[in-house]
Amino acid sequence: MTEIIASSTTNTSTFAQRTTDAVNDPELRKNFRAAMDFLIEKRQSVFDSDDELQRLRRLGNRIRSRALSKLPQLLQQLETNLTNNGIKVHWAETPEQANAIIYQIIEQKNASKVVKGKSMVSEEVEMNDYLIERNIECVESDMGEYIIQLDNEKPSHIIMPAIHKTAEDVAHLFKKHIPGTEYNEDVDFLIQTGRKVLRKIFYEADIGVSGVNFAVAETGTLCLVENEGNGRMSTTVPDVHIAITGIEKVVELLSDVPPLYSLLTRSATGQEVTTYFNMISSPRKEGEHDGPREVHLVLLDNGRSQAYADTQLRDTLNCIRCGACINHCPVYTRVGGHAYGTVYPGPIGKILSPHLLGMEETKDLPGASSLCGACGEVCPVKIPIPDILLRLRQESVHPDRSGQSEYKPTLKGQGAKYSSKEHSLWRTWAMVYSSPRMYAFISFLATRFGRLMPRRLTPWGKARTLPQPARKSLHQMVKERQA
Amino acid sequence: MSIRDQILGRLDAALKNTNCQPLYAEHEDRSVVTEYYQYTPEQRVERLTKMMQASHSEVHQVSEKNWPAKLLDLMQAKQLNNLVIGDNTPHGQQLTNHWKEFDETPDLKSCQRDIEQWKDELFHNTDAALTGSRGGIAATGSIIVWPTPEEPRLISLVPPVHFILLRASTIHNSFAEVMALEKWQQGLPTNALLISGPSKTADIQLTLAYGAHGPRELIVLIVNDMETR
Ligand code: SF4
Repeated sequence: MTEIIASSTTNTSTFAQRTTDAVNDPELRKNFRAAMDFLIEKRQSVFDSDDELQRLRRLGNRIRSRALSKLPQLLQQLETNLTNNGIKVHWAETPEQANAIIYQIIEQKNASKVVKGKSMVSEEVEMNDYLIERNIECVESDMGEYIIQLDNEKPSHIIMPAIHKTAEDVAHLFKKHIPGTEYNEDVDFLIQTGRKVLRKIFYEADIGVSGVNFAVAETGTLCLVENEGNGRMSTTVPDVHIAITGIEKVVELLSDVPPLYSLLTRSATGQEVTTYFNMISSPRKEGEHDGPREVHLVLLDNGRSQAYADTQLRDTLNCIRCGACINHCPVYTRVGGHAYGTVYPGPIGKILSPHLLGMEETKDLPGASSLCGACGEVCPVKIPIPDILLRLRQESVHPDRSGQSEYKPTLKGQGAKYSSKEHSLWRTWAMVYSSPRMYAFISFLATRFGRLMPRRLTPWGKARTLPQPARKSLHQMVKERQA
Repeated sequence: MSIRDQILGRLDAALKNTNCQPLYAEHEDRSVVTEYYQYTPEQRVERLTKMMQASHSEVHQVSEKNWPAKLLDLMQAKQLNNLVIGDNTPHGQQLTNHWKEFDETPDLKSCQRDIEQWKDELFHNTDAALTGSRGGIAATGSIIVWPTPEEPRLISLVPPVHFILLRASTIHNSFAEVMALEKWQQGLPTNALLISGPSKTADIQLTLAYGAHGPRELIVLIVNDMETR
């Protein structure tokens, strides 16, 4: 299960290799293209008024920016209100700490069975692997997550984790892993099969784990957005509910929720609303007949405070994880989610992962963009993703930034993409271009002998036809005209 | 220093280093969340019905008096053998009294017990549930359900069929509007829900399938209480 992550984060050449493989897989490209076209169209159809969309985006951006402008204060308010409501709050700096907290709760309860609603943060900390290593059964209950867990895979999309699989793939998987299941590629049949298996899991689970879409500081409320009902099951049936989320998910006011919720569902899947909006404010109270007796919230930093330290990079934390930037990304559509090698793929992954994993492991990501700008245009909270990508490109080749006049913190792994060869190449380029004589000399050489250059001189030339220098330079032609 | 204090300390330092000033909600123009969703009472019923049907819910108009009979018809037509109700709610009592007059009605089950006592029965031997609701939202076709000790959280989730009673007079324009009007921020229950259709998923090949983990069918009985009010 960790294979994809491990290979990507330890081997520098694999990102290129994986994207090459992905691009050469026509079936994969066709599937992603079709799925993304569908989602793009759905989104378009649900925002019928552009005026409303733009105003709502401005408000969404403002709400998120306001939350970030007083994040430490809101986190403390959230903690106080949750605690008053009977929900226990835990803080984790690293994935290891988050997993240890969760494991400790499980141990205290003498529990052995965990059922999980959809949670990208639990993917980020690789909670399943951690618990399974400690003999805790941990089953994904979101249909897409369940399918890929059976196949030992990671999600390829943050909203649609199994988008890379066809119904046939799932039919084969179910036949192989669920005893007594015939091969049948009818989607209704497959979903009903999953429902049956997972009902039993919900029934028996001691602990339910979920993510959080919005944590409301004002009321101490955890909000979950979903269509399937597995989120409600995971947070209601087991005796203990553990929610895990990033520290940036807090919003100030309850009234901040409706606009963000509307932006989220419409941007993500083009739905006016999801089937369930689930607001949890306390564990089971005296006199109530069901619901967990304990509710915990684990707040995870994992590099988020690094993004927070910089005015421009802080915008990354406005994200409400709708996936629209992914759906509209021409790079994602061609290479799919696994090629990135990170839990969060696509544009949001490229700007978030460097903080979570450090730049050594993600140095190729900011460059893997054509900067077409589609992501920034659709982002419901107006994150300027292309600008942030450019900034990260700079940081990836610059060593230490500290000591500059404008405050810019040093990022983890800053300068990891720096290469002395590339650096001197650019310096030479700058030298040539700032000296008219040298420029004239080089263009003379290029126009006379440029055609003799080997075709595969650079990695750039591997997949492209190298341009042929013209026989006469522009300068030369202008001079001739003037003469 | 605890992990909590380290994280908060870093965030505080970041605000100071970047000279970040707090923003305030009072300066925001929020009209966009309500402006596009203004309806007359009749339009609200219409819009909610249309939206809920589009998300695969069944919607019926009923009266204060006849809804128990309608529910009985629907139960029989769908061949459902038993129904969970909150038997000490007013609507639970109305239903019980009405059904007493018939010889053959589906079994009524009470949910006035801790889940631990009847989890097996709820999961494996319950066909349908009836709950009341706190209101509706016309803009998105949603029903507001705040589970109570009388009608706990799981009965609107575990049985394959969920009937909801919704009074037409309680349908509001939008989520933002009802939340503000009823001042939800002053006190939320253990669990507050919006339910906007039967459980569904599109996780396999983006093909929509109903009855993922929650009810396969959501049947809304809109009680016409407008004239009486
Ligand atoms: S960056 Fe914007 S578009 Fe992308 S997932 Fe986050 S909120 Fe959605």
